[in-house]
Amino acid sequence: MKWLNQNVGSLLELTVAHLALAVPAILLSLVIAVPIGWTAQRLRWARDPALALVGVLYAIPSLPLFVLVPVVLGIGIRSSANAIIVLTVYATAIMVRSAADAFSSVPLEARMSATAIGYSTWHRFWSVDLPLAIPVMLAGLRVVVVSTVSLVTVGSVIGIPSLGTLFTDGFQRGIVAEVAAGLIVTVLIALVLDGMCILAGRALTPWARAAEAR
Amino acid sequence: MIEFDRVTKRYADGSPAVADVSFTVPSHKTVVLVGSSGSGKTTLLRMVNRMVDPTSGRVLIDDVDVTTMDPVRLRRSIGYVLQSGGLLPHRTVVENIAIVPRLNGATRPDARERALTMLDTVGLDRDLASRFPAQLSGGQQQRVGVARALASDPNILLMDEPFGAVDPIVRRSLQHELRELQRTLGKTILFVTHDIDEALALADEIIIVAAHGVIAQRGTPTEILTRPANAFVAEFVGVDRPERRLRLADAAGVEVVTDASGRPIGTLER
Repeated sequence: MKWLNQNVGSLLELTVAHLALAVPAILLSLVIAVPIGWTAQRLRWARDPALALVGVLYAIPSLPLFVLVPVVLGIGIRSSANAIIVLTVYATAIMVRSAADAFSSVPLEARMSATAIGYSTWHRFWSVDLPLAIPVMLAGLRVVVVSTVSLVTVGSVIGIPSLGTLFTDGFQRGIVAEVAAGLIVTVLIALVLDGMCILAGRALTPWARAAEAR
Repeated sequence: MIEFDRVTKRYADGSPAVADVSFTVPSHKTVVLVGSSGSGKTTLLRMVNRMVDPTSGRVLIDDVDVTTMDPVRLRRSIGYVLQSGGLLPHRTVVENIAIVPRLNGATRPDARERALTMLDTVGLDRDLASRFPAQLSGGQQQRVGVARALASDPNILLMDEPFGAVDPIVRRSLQHELRELQRTLGKTILFVTHDIDEALALADEIIIVAAHGVIAQRGTPTEILTRPANAFVAEFVGVDRPERRLRLADAAGVEVVTDASGRPIGTLER
């Protein structure tokens, strides 16, 4: 508690830094994965290669990637951009599969019927495919949220500030309270963001509960 | 009028789904395509609104080849009812019905008003307007499907096994209601079913489709029942089934109609 009292300021600062890395990566992965997932569902032949490719991405160890991305893109190794790009790669690797599954889960009959009554492809994507994909997509997004919030901490090894900094610093200086604080707040952030996903999902899919209630 | 002119559709592997099919659906009439599954009847139906384009031959609506029309606009001008209504599960009843007027450019309040009127037309309570499809019975979903198809007052109605997913009693009442609606609306209806009794109940003209869309016989329900063109039609219609071979019996002065096995069906009015 003594450590906490003396370091509330830096704890808050690192929490904000943590969120500033995790949230953009999560949102970016969603923006990237949705069109890929939708295309994979429409072009059957593209589905397996696309999923295999993103599967390989996930197999790359994270630490080397934190070092490799700055070299390839010519950005600072300790920059936020580096962390966000690396986190986005892993988040996208998970999210593409979820998005492809989500679009496959849209009932064929709903898609057929939308086309039959005169939706254009573009209009159908926004009005039918995307809303009906939300439940499965959300399940994937929740995994992405939790894993990304956790993965942010790895960046502290190469000096990108986040709650992970409390692990490295606390470990080096032998302050157990600092390590514990980093751990607890990281888990809390994951839980809060996960809860926000659940609430957003409920608000966006009133029909799903109507079907359950019946 | 819808005209099929020597229409053929081949699958990617070259095998025909329908081969060299010609027939017409006269304006304001109900034509029922009836055949077993895989006969190509749904493929034929989908050629009308360009969900499927023929490999060769033409489909004409009022003498205009549909392939010259924009598919999206064509579909908005044609009512379409699918099995179990084909409702969008994430839209309420009133939203589902209002979709087509909205797509055709009606304002939101106008489309909504139109949708509520359509609920009356198909005999549904306006209280159902804000429910989701999953909260309706199968029969109610079908009625909403019909309401949606009629919402933009199209000339043509395509119905693909629309009553296939409801129980026989509800199906019979839906068939009855469709007949009543058609009496006042006079749409040009192309209806697909595998149920010959449904065809007999609804059709001005029945087209019996064998494999690959080959037309085994076309005629009025009475013609099909009394003069089946060949053994296939006779078998399909079931002219030898006990319930088709009716007899008259006398029950204490009342003339009773029975089937071939003697089960009573109704009484005879002269």
